[in-house]
Amino acid sequence: MADFRMPSLGADMEHGKVVEWLVKPGDYVHKGDLVAAVDTDKTVMDIESFEEGVVAEFLVEIGDTVEVGTPIARIAATPAGPIPAPPEQSPAVEAPSAPHPAPAPGEPKAPTPPPVQQAASASPPVRHLAHTLGVDVRSLHGSGRNGEVIRADVERAAGRSVAEVRATSTAQGSQTQEPRVRSSPLSRRVAAQLGVDLKGLPGTGPGGAVTEADVRRAAGAAATGTREGAPPPPQAQPAEAAAQTAPRQSRKALVGDKAGTLRRAVGSLMARSKKEIPHYYLATTLDLAAATAWMQSVNQQRPVSSRLVPSALLLKATALAAKEVPDMNGFFTRGEFRPSRSVHLGVAVALRRGGLVAPALHEAETLTLDELMDQLRDLVSRARAGRLQRAEMADPTITVTNLGDLGVESVYGVIYPPQVAMVGLGKVLEQPWARDGMLGVRHVVKATLSADHRVSDGLRGGRFLSRIDELLQRPEEL
Amino acid sequence: MKSTYREAVRAALRDAMRRDERVFLMGEDVGRYGGGFAVSLGLLEEFGPERVRDTPLSESGFVGAGIGAALGGMRPVVEIMTVNFSLLALDQIVNNAATLLHMSGGQFNVPLVIRMTTGAGRQLGAQHSHSLEGWYAHIPGLRILTPATLADARGMLWTALEDPDPVLIFEHGSLYNVAGELEDDAGPVELDKAAVLRPGTDVTLITYGGTLAAVLDAADQLAGEGIDAEVIDLRVLRPLDDGTILGSVGRTHRAVVVDEGWRSGSISAEIAARIGEHAFFDLDAPVERVCSEEVPVPYAKHMELAALPSAERVVAAARRAVGARG
Repeated sequence: MADFRMPSLGADMEHGKVVEWLVKPGDYVHKGDLVAAVDTDKTVMDIESFEEGVVAEFLVEIGDTVEVGTPIARIAATPAGPIPAPPEQSPAVEAPSAPHPAPAPGEPKAPTPPPVQQAASASPPVRHLAHTLGVDVRSLHGSGRNGEVIRADVERAAGRSVAEVRATSTAQGSQTQEPRVRSSPLSRRVAAQLGVDLKGLPGTGPGGAVTEADVRRAAGAAATGTREGAPPPPQAQPAEAAAQTAPRQSRKALVGDKAGTLRRAVGSLMARSKKEIPHYYLATTLDLAAATAWMQSVNQQRPVSSRLVPSALLLKATALAAKEVPDMNGFFTRGEFRPSRSVHLGVAVALRRGGLVAPALHEAETLTLDELMDQLRDLVSRARAGRLQRAEMADPTITVTNLGDLGVESVYGVIYPPQVAMVGLGKVLEQPWARDGMLGVRHVVKATLSADHRVSDGLRGGRFLSRIDELLQRPEEL
Repeated sequence: MKSTYREAVRAALRDAMRRDERVFLMGEDVGRYGGGFAVSLGLLEEFGPERVRDTPLSESGFVGAGIGAALGGMRPVVEIMTVNFSLLALDQIVNNAATLLHMSGGQFNVPLVIRMTTGAGRQLGAQHSHSLEGWYAHIPGLRILTPATLADARGMLWTALEDPDPVLIFEHGSLYNVAGELEDDAGPVELDKAAVLRPGTDVTLITYGGTLAAVLDAADQLAGEGIDAEVIDLRVLRPLDDGTILGSVGRTHRAVVVDEGWRSGSISAEIAARIGEHAFFDLDAPVERVCSEEVPVPYAKHMELAALPSAERVVAAARRAVGARG
């Protein structure tokens, strides 16, 4: 049994709100399968499972906001049969321990996760025991020395919660205690696929278990509608069958809603960046004559839909240059710079209602221009629809912000921690340009670099910018 | 070419000694007496006492000598009369042969092949009848082979000798007299794959070694009842060929594991566990196991037969799994 925790979807993320479950209890998930949509302060993102197994239960409700690292679902290595009374219910109860009187019985406790309080201290074996018994140490009052949570506290809390669970389940009577349907794993899988309800199906397998054949027979009968007394026609059980009754908002509304929180999140992160990172700034003008000429000749032979845009060339050149000047590409964490072997190029995307996100084009240095165009288009549309995935938000190793569309000639960016460089690109302009003693009119663009002085200096930064320029002079090699 | 299993093993030994000067055979009675099961009959005359060596009754001693010879560059084939007696050499096999490569940091391979007889069914009493190959399959560092067919009896030895690490070959005592057709050009076989000996769609019967015949018999009987059984001969107990096992269970959705070892902690337990771990959602019935009764194998014939897996018990288990007439 593994906890599926609220992942960190970026250096600045502290908490997230579950807005949609993309699986339901009983589903089998593989590593990488999408499990839920999470609303961060910036955008709504799909988060994927790191575990393989069966979703046993959800630990938070839709709409709950929890801190990064909080378990939000349990994934069992094997399927839970009848989903057991979630042990999470127990820690929600503020278990009293001897020195502290129990709360008055009539005083209802909101079943919210325990508020963040300073973590009660407990020795590792006790924490382990608590974990095993499904008790949250933080919810306990320790009766040990200096308020330390000891074994007895945990056992008392566990015992109490078990007793409570038992009491409530008997009080509610048999309606909650559905008899378990004996059924083979395969039959359950097929039943889920075909939307057949196993309850009431006659089983012909070992010990009267429902087998695959029984399910298929039932599905066939239901489909033709000839069988009398058959269970109600199976409805394809949608994911919503997990009966999430909590209020749900559409993603669109959520994404639209965010301008304020997003502004705050960006603001605090940028404040941190400016405080911690000693920025230095360089600027240069890139001669795009060769690049635009080449691009136009290529585009002439293409249908409109697959034409290249200058951004693709600029991004590719930036990625290649970052690969060659590794001081620009990587993370500065815990007082140390770790260059990245691949270039995951963050691309700043302006959201329609305001604010920015900068998801990654993975391994941008290896993409062809067409692949890069495709992925860029996909990334921008998903960013705006709130469909980004965790890796895309967490991975960028260097970011490019391109404000050319808005008519800005140059932009000096603020580095997005823990990255160490930010490239700014302005509008592509026609300018008088002297070359080889002659004056002409050429396409140029202002490129700026904001880089981290703890990692590099103007010499490396200048090399990086001039490398971009060189690469753009041979566009056919990009 | 007509051959018996015994002749196939002998042909394999002869072939190996002809191919490679470093190959020699040693064990109790392998020379003058021709081997406890007459496998090496005639080899002493052909290859001389240097290469077909009788050893004293000291399993730990001669298995240890085999390990030393292997470390020294030879390619020894050590015969232990039955798996029961191999326990006297357990320290050499488990603590030395299996571990030296690891403990020398990869410097010393032990290219040793140990052949031994296993299994019951011949009224030889408990001391000569047990099936302990599943125990050896527990040990990392060993490769465990269980040739059940003439082709494997003929082909596995040379491949085993080419393995730089220790290989244990378990020959089921009831197989030596089995006769059949062996290809004239039969030669080495690969050692990594289980074999699907009979394809089927309703249930997978998984077995190896001495119980293969009973399982094939059971599959025939099941076919008569309209149950189409797939038969897998594991051939190699370590490393287990998960791919073949899981692939088959994925098609048939039901499995019966047949193992002459005792059920508790057996190779059949391992196989059933792996199916549970990796093919759970393909299963339409619990995994069935047909194993020996958990008693020392009895001497009396009717009791011995009653203790061992039989075609009837396999058929019954398959029926339960299929749920047809359970």
